[in-house]
Amino acid sequence: MSATGIGAAVRRKEDFRFITGKGQYTSDVTRPGETRAVFVRSPHAHATIKSVDTTAARGLPGVLAVLTGAELAGDKIGNLICGWMIHSKDGSPMKMAPHPAIASSKACYVGDPVAVVVAETLAQAKDAAEKVVVQYEVLPSASDPAKAQAKDAPQIHDVAANNTIYQWHLGDAKAVDAAVKSAARVVKIDLVNNRLVPNAVETRAAIGEYDTGSDSFSLWNTTQNPHVARLVISAFVGVAPENKLRVIAPDVGGGFGSKIFIYPEEVVCLWASKKVGRPVKWVSDRSEAFLADAHGRDHVTHAQLALDADGKMTALKVKTIANLGAYMSTFSSSVPTYLYATLLSGQYEIPAIYCEVDAVYTNTVPVDAYRGAGRPEATFVVERLVEIAARTLGIDVTDLRKRNFIKKFPHQTPVIMNYDAGDYHASLKKALELANYKEFGKRKRESARHGKLRGIGFSTYIEACGIAPSQAVGSLGAGVGLWESAEVRVNPTGSVEVLTGCHSHGQGHETTFAQLVSERLGIPIESVSIVHGDTDKVQFGMGTYGSRSGAVGMSAIVKALDKVEAKAKKVASHLLEASENDIVFKDGKFTVAGTDKSAAWGEVSLHAYIAHKFTGQQLEPGLKEGAFYDPINFTFPAGCHICEVEVDPDTGGTEVVGWTAVDDFGTVINPMIVEGQVHGGIAQGVGQALLEHAVYDRDGQLVSGSFMDYCMPRADNLPSYKVDMTVTKCPSNPLGIKGCGEAGAIAAPAAVINAITDAIGSEDLAMPATSQVVWAALQKANNSRHAA
Amino acid sequence: MPSVSLTVNGKAVAADVDPRTLLVQFLREHLRLTGTHVGCDTSQCGACVVHVNGKAIKSCTMLTLTADGANVTTIEGLAPSNTELHPMQAAFREHHGLQCGFCTPGMIMTAVDMVNRKGNDLDDKTIREELEGNICRCTGYHNIVKAIAAGAKTMGSGGGAQRAAE
Repeated sequence: MSATGIGAAVRRKEDFRFITGKGQYTSDVTRPGETRAVFVRSPHAHATIKSVDTTAARGLPGVLAVLTGAELAGDKIGNLICGWMIHSKDGSPMKMAPHPAIASSKACYVGDPVAVVVAETLAQAKDAAEKVVVQYEVLPSASDPAKAQAKDAPQIHDVAANNTIYQWHLGDAKAVDAAVKSAARVVKIDLVNNRLVPNAVETRAAIGEYDTGSDSFSLWNTTQNPHVARLVISAFVGVAPENKLRVIAPDVGGGFGSKIFIYPEEVVCLWASKKVGRPVKWVSDRSEAFLADAHGRDHVTHAQLALDADGKMTALKVKTIANLGAYMSTFSSSVPTYLYATLLSGQYEIPAIYCEVDAVYTNTVPVDAYRGAGRPEATFVVERLVEIAARTLGIDVTDLRKRNFIKKFPHQTPVIMNYDAGDYHASLKKALELANYKEFGKRKRESARHGKLRGIGFSTYIEACGIAPSQAVGSLGAGVGLWESAEVRVNPTGSVEVLTGCHSHGQGHETTFAQLVSERLGIPIESVSIVHGDTDKVQFGMGTYGSRSGAVGMSAIVKALDKVEAKAKKVASHLLEASENDIVFKDGKFTVAGTDKSAAWGEVSLHAYIAHKFTGQQLEPGLKEGAFYDPINFTFPAGCHICEVEVDPDTGGTEVVGWTAVDDFGTVINPMIVEGQVHGGIAQGVGQALLEHAVYDRDGQLVSGSFMDYCMPRADNLPSYKVDMTVTKCPSNPLGIKGCGEAGAIAAPAAVINAITDAIGSEDLAMPATSQVVWAALQKANNSRHAA
Repeated sequence: MPSVSLTVNGKAVAADVDPRTLLVQFLREHLRLTGTHVGCDTSQCGACVVHVNGKAIKSCTMLTLTADGANVTTIEGLAPSNTELHPMQAAFREHHGLQCGFCTPGMIMTAVDMVNRKGNDLDDKTIREELEGNICRCTGYHNIVKAIAAGAKTMGSGGGAQRAAE
């Protein structure tokens, strides 16, 4: 391993600009003549828009335009779409309601845009927004997914009877029912996977700009996938043709899924920029982000796990209601279906699985993928059931897991996935050692001496990343292919630019991708630059989400590097006057096999461009190759997380006192960065388990709508983490990478709740397990003990 | 519009501002010092932390006019020169204390203030409690805590500035 190659903890190349305040985020970009946009949003969850009077606002100083949904429709700007088709059990397609970027007839959630003000300054735009008079007729609203399908629930969209978007299922219902009937034991759980707000610290922002000279648009945008944004805004929304729209995603301050989607605000900034003839910039406030960014999770689930007398799992049955909010966001339909039910086998050999999912509309902001997207929800179901089963049967929680672990690979689950590689015993074993499981009893007694209840919880999770062969996802309803592209441009002096369709918003691609190129070409890492986030530079790409950048994005780079090496060998053969087949490339040097004749990388790249050693008939000048890589399978990262908590029985206050994570991500390019991804994921998972909750009241008002009310994890809510790895290489891609971005967020909630329920001796515990929730659960458990 | 004059990163600046202009807006929009960020509207996230007369403050919660005559340091003014880093900046890079980088300027300015107030030998508990006013969504804080402890030590050992390029 070289100091900067694969496996080295290289310090990040991108850090210098961030630690010196020189990052360029969308809100830092200033365009000549730029104006500011402020949205007028519905204060009601569900209301008919009777009229929008913009007269007073338009008369205020600095106001350039006040635009409404009627004008948007008049200009034939199309609706936002959901790009993944799901069919119901009965074969009918999902019920996608029209989603205009600005509502004109009806507002469907608190925060639904009803008008936009464009003014010279932000203050002027804000002042004018307050003078837009909207007359509403308030309608009854539905914000609770569990009640949205009730007969007396308010009907949100004409296209979706009973607010039901689809009733989907996966698996073999008959086999599952038979297994449940004949089971020695069936454990059941009712749970709510709490609704979360992604809350990247950089809020969303957009600058739309129209150039009359070229009749083309530019959009600076906080997006994880600029090309997908361009495609959707062109092909569906119809603001501009694809070749007349440039999307730039500069530095992006965290995404966690919430910046995948195509939102109303960027569409409106583009459209308005042509109307006012100047660039239009919008930067979300935090309070606005709570109302306007896609939320995550929000499942109501009943599940049962059947086991035989030996504690072997025989069947799993799951019924989930998934809240998709007021409109179907870009990939929302796929999250509670193919990203959820397909992972319900966990790390276990379960012969039969059946899952039903009803997706419903409610008068809440749309729900879509958030870190893990479906997989944390699946893991929570499975890992809670496994822990409850072990406790019910009186079997050690690790033993029950071991009895049921999948041991042979490849393994076909009953829910589509074919796990290609893994060693679940190895990660569990290592985690048990690292967590010093043997002495847990001693620690528990020590805690008891201090009046605290100590608990330990496990989560042996699976995830599917690198989504996946395009043909396969196409057959499941995806509207796009999920390959990745790369272009390797070698300069005459031997330095290299890699253009990737992935996008880095914290993941450190500028470093890890450069490590791959540095190792492969034998050139210093400083000679490699990574270019991303601009549709004018990178031809196409699918962006970054679902832990795909390593497994898919880097595989595309490998493929392009293969082509570059092949071409460079041709150049070297002319330079060294040898047969192409005799050229060996190693450590940045081309050698003629069996001789001492050699040429350095820089010589060959120079000769590729000066083209003095070959004719145009023999070889094309230049050294630049592109590749598209389509995966042959999903990847299957897995691991074991162990959480230890101390609960204060007097207050219910819970402290996470220990965290051990042993993950198998396959090949690791940069362990420092991978560990950082694990840390961040755990923090988000602990946040879900203990602190975070997007709460809508009965009238559809978001009660936890600011950092004052929505509890983001702080440093003192979290422990230091022990993080280690085991490695089984992924056989499905050239580098053996599985992906690491979501593991922590997937594993953590179940580990925390398993630990607290272990501590308090009751399984009846909701997320977030705040002091109040834990205290109430303790009282309930104590009371029922006394009663019994 | 009233006028204001103050010192920012060692340079005297004067301007006429709308009285409601927040210090963070003045820094970002008037002076184009965009390293100071805005991550919330309730003074919770700490992405906007700068030093005013040597103390960490949230620049989203201070009017520019209140800073009249003050000495302000932003993330752009922390390093001794363009080719050197402040030890706390270097520690964040060395210990991978940042991912997306958005909260980082505020974290670093808070960390330097923490050392100024609490000394160079900071334990984890102190650092975590002191970070109450700074939110990071990426790192899970583990490496930020490590970076601050290390940066504090270097500041104490007179390690001073480090070369920017390694």
